[in-house]
This record gives sequence, C-alpha cells and structure tokens, in this order.
Amino acid sequence: MSLSVRLRHDFPSARIDMAFEVPSAGVTVLFGPSGAGKSTIILAAAGLLRPNECRIEVDGQIMADTETGMWLPPEQRRTGLVFQDARLFPHMSVATNLRFGMRRARPGTIRFDDVVDLLGIAALLDRRPNTLSGGERQRVAIGRALLAQPQLLLMDEPLASLDSARKSEILPWLTRLKTALRLPVLYVTHDLDELTRLADSMVLIEAGHVVGFGPLAEMAARADLPLALRDDAAGLLHCRVAEHDVGRQLTRLDAGGATFLVPLLDAEVGAACRIRIPAREVILARRAPDAISLHNIIAGTVRRIAGDPARRAVMVEIALADGALLARVTPDAITRLALSLGGPVLALIKSTSIEVLGG
Amino acid sequence: MVVAARAVGFGLPLAVVMAWVLTRYRFPGRSLLNALVHLPLVLPPVVTGWLLLILFGIRGPIGSLLLAWFDIRLVFTTAGASLACAVMTFPVMVRSVRLSLEAVDPGLEQAARTLGAGRLDRLFNVTLPLASPGILVGGIVGYATCLGEFGAVITFAANIPGQTQTLPLAIYAALQVPGGEQKAAELSLISLTLALIGLLLSEWLGKRLNVALGR
Repeated sequence: MSLSVRLRHDFPSARIDMAFEVPSAGVTVLFGPSGAGKSTIILAAAGLLRPNECRIEVDGQIMADTETGMWLPPEQRRTGLVFQDARLFPHMSVATNLRFGMRRARPGTIRFDDVVDLLGIAALLDRRPNTLSGGERQRVAIGRALLAQPQLLLMDEPLASLDSARKSEILPWLTRLKTALRLPVLYVTHDLDELTRLADSMVLIEAGHVVGFGPLAEMAARADLPLALRDDAAGLLHCRVAEHDVGRQLTRLDAGGATFLVPLLDAEVGAACRIRIPAREVILARRAPDAISLHNIIAGTVRRIAGDPARRAVMVEIALADGALLARVTPDAITRLALSLGGPVLALIKSTSIEVLGG
Repeated sequence: MVVAARAVGFGLPLAVVMAWVLTRYRFPGRSLLNALVHLPLVLPPVVTGWLLLILFGIRGPIGSLLLAWFDIRLVFTTAGASLACAVMTFPVMVRSVRLSLEAVDPGLEQAARTLGAGRLDRLFNVTLPLASPGILVGGIVGYATCLGEFGAVITFAANIPGQTQTLPLAIYAALQVPGGEQKAAELSLISLTLALIGLLLSEWLGKRLNVALGR
C-alpha cells in the first residue's frame, strides 16, 4: 500500500523534477521553503495543473500517467483539496457547502454527521461563510473536502493564512481527524510545528527537487539533511506512556528502545505520543555523571557527524535501539570526548527539554 | 413597455452567453467580436437602425429568409422594435455581465471542480449565482435604456402608435402637433419617473443580492 508520485514540469523560471514513494497510510507532509514546488505536486495530484510528465499512483490505482496519456479531469478524480484560503461558496450556507461535494460523489464511507462531529462544526451549519472566523472556515473546508468521499486528501498549507492562536485551535482537530480516518493525506507546509505534530512520512523538497523522503522519525534524525541546519533542529521519537509516578511528579515514556522521564503528563498509560528533543539541548558524555539534576542519560552509538560551518558547530546523529537523536555540539567537544563513528556515547537530556506531542 | 420587456427577455440570456465567451475564451477574432458587440454603443442609432433595415428588411438577407421560412416580418412591427432595442442595449448588458463574471473568483470554480462539479454544473451553481447582481443590474439598466430608445427604433420599426411607438417617439410625435406640449410634458414626466425607478431598483436589488451572497 503506497503512494508514489513522479513529476517533471518546466515553468518559465524554474524546473521541477521530483519523485518519491511513501506508505499511503497516514499523513505525508511535503516540507520545504516557499516556492520549492510543493504546491505544484498538490495541483498536479488534483488535476488542476498538467505537468509535462507526471505519474501518480495511490494503492495500486493510477490517478494520472502522462506516458499513457491518462489524465482524469479534476471533477472525476476523487481527490479532496483543501486550499490555503478556504474557498467556501459565499452564496451557500455552511451545510450546503459541506454537501456540495457529497451530492456529486458516489455514496461512500464518510458520513455527514461523523464529519460534523469530528470537526466540531455542528453549531455552524446554518451560518454563512462570511460570518465565520478563519479557523472555522478552514474546518468547514476540510469537512467539505472529506464529504466528497476522496481517495486521497490534499491539503495545501491549510493553516498558513491563520494566526498562531487560530492555528493551535485547529491543529488538535487535524490530529483527531488523522487518527479517525484511514485516508491517505498529502499535506503541504513549511511550518516545523505542523510537520512534527501531523506527519507520519515526510518528503523534503528544495528548489524543485526531492532532497529525501521517508518516515518522519527517520528523516528528523538525519544530520545530513537541510532540516538539521535549522536552529530548531530536533530528534523525534514515537513513544508510549509507560508509567506515571505521581509522587515524584514524573512520567516514564518508552521510546526508541530507551526510557525517558518527563514532567508528569495528563495522558493514559499506554497512550501513543511523540517526543521532540531539540538538538541544542542535548549534552554528550563518555561517562555518566553523578550528582546531577537531569533525569535522562541515554546510551547510544555515534552514527554520523555532519559539519555545520555557519554555526561553527557539528551535528551528531546518535543511534538508539530503534530511532535516533540529534545533538548539536562544538567540534572541540568531539575532539575532547574522542568520539568516533560507531563508538559509544551518552546523551544527557533534561526532562524539561523534552517536548511531548500528542498522537 | 412590452417592447422593452421583450428586448431584455431575449437580449439578456444572449448577453450572458456573449459575456461568458468574451471573458473565458481566448480565440482568434475575439477582439473583432468584442468590437462588434460594442458597435451600437458608438454608432449613431440611426445608422444601427438602417443596418438592421438592410439585414432584416423584407428583402434583406436575414429578413427575407425569416419571412419565407417562418412568415415572420420584423420591419415596422412590435417584434422589430424589440429587436432594435435589444441590439442597442446589448453592449450595456454585456458590459455589466462581463464585469460581474470577471469579479467571480476563479479559485471558487477550481474548488467546485475538485468537488466533482462539471462545466455546466459549475456555471449554474457557482458562477452565475455569484455573478447574479451584475446580470440583474444589466437587465434593469437595459430595460430602462430600451424605454428611451429612439433612433434605431424609428429607423427600423417606424413610429406606429400602439405598436412600435416607444416613449420618446410618443413625446416627439406629441411635440410635432400644435398644442401637444402638455402631452409631451406628461410623457416626459413618465419617462423621467421610469428611468429613476429603474436606477434605484437596480441599486437596491444589487445591494440585496450582495447581502444574500454574503459579501
């Protein structure tokens, strides 16, 4: 079950040539700076733009293949598209907007009441789009796209036009949606927060080319990708809530084959979550220190050391049993600790530096 | 009145189609078509009437066919007056409709496409409703202009009381008769009132529609 895209297109000022293949289940985030060609993929997948060469396959079903001349027009393609601006029809009520695609689609498994419930828009049904806030509008737009019973949901920076308060209002809805629906989603963003919260797989795009693609945790832990050059570069691990220690006000998380302690969480034991560990917060050591305030001393092996000349720093990739961490240190630290590829190392992480994300 | 209603009734749908073609399609001869549509606006009305007379007259290329096939005679009839009015107001209507069509966000049509709406579906459920204020205003202004049409009507359909006599024609006729000033004044007052009502109505309806469209 996979989603594979190959696309080549010459714009007057830029050339786009991309190919990637990811598991179709879950959310695939297309990540990269503005103008890198992310939206071109979305438009081509929806059929609104016809590239010079393009082949898109979802779960074995070919949606477009210019080689065989197969090109379905957007209205026959069954892809739901959520635009950056919600693009609700101003002359219809919210309910009519929601039903617009549903009435034109073959009956499917996504039900009206469920979507209204899932997105929390029951109170808005009789309103007109111009009376809604930006966040409400975007939720309605997502519902409208879902109810058209798509095989593939495309989201083109759906939160980019919202301020950060609205963004944090809508992000939990998206996380809920992701777990409730089994629908392949292609999601475009240049926002790291959206990426780390929503993505299962990611495709890193720069200047019209795919720099890398794969599962999010694997991609986030690569010291050699442009992601690692960001100020907020971080390792990402999928984890499970193992135990609450109410007495010590701590929660134990199992992640990447290791155990992490974080300040007490408000989550059920066994719940899945993600943790994000900023690279600049990770300290490296050869011997475990004693009499120290931090809780997490994680053993791993050095897998890669990549230079970051602009910061006069290096990024160290530390492999755990399952997953990896990133640590940003000085070249001098590498020399003093005599770290070498494949050698053992301890990562020291303050429990308060670990960001816990839902889902 | 009937003349104007018929002129708008037949002219407006055509104007919508023409405006649609002119906004959405690029084809060779588009500028020429555009110029032809706007021609009655700049041509002296009498010349338009005369051209119609040549084309649609009993011996004209179109008029003779209409007479032979359908037994329709346009010259010097109410239908002829409507045709003259329609041709004269066509540019006004096309302009108004075109402006409102151009104002419709193509992004909404794209959204409709991805939701499974085909070409006609999009036209009737998205584009036309959103352009309706402009179409309506076009119709009302067209109607008001028709009521005042003089040159093309008198040339093509003559001035037959009760058949092809429009308001200005009646005023003109009244002024030709000694002592007809009283009647002319009355008719002018009617004309003034109708024009004013037309303009106010179009303004009011336009506003109402814009509210209904959520703008």
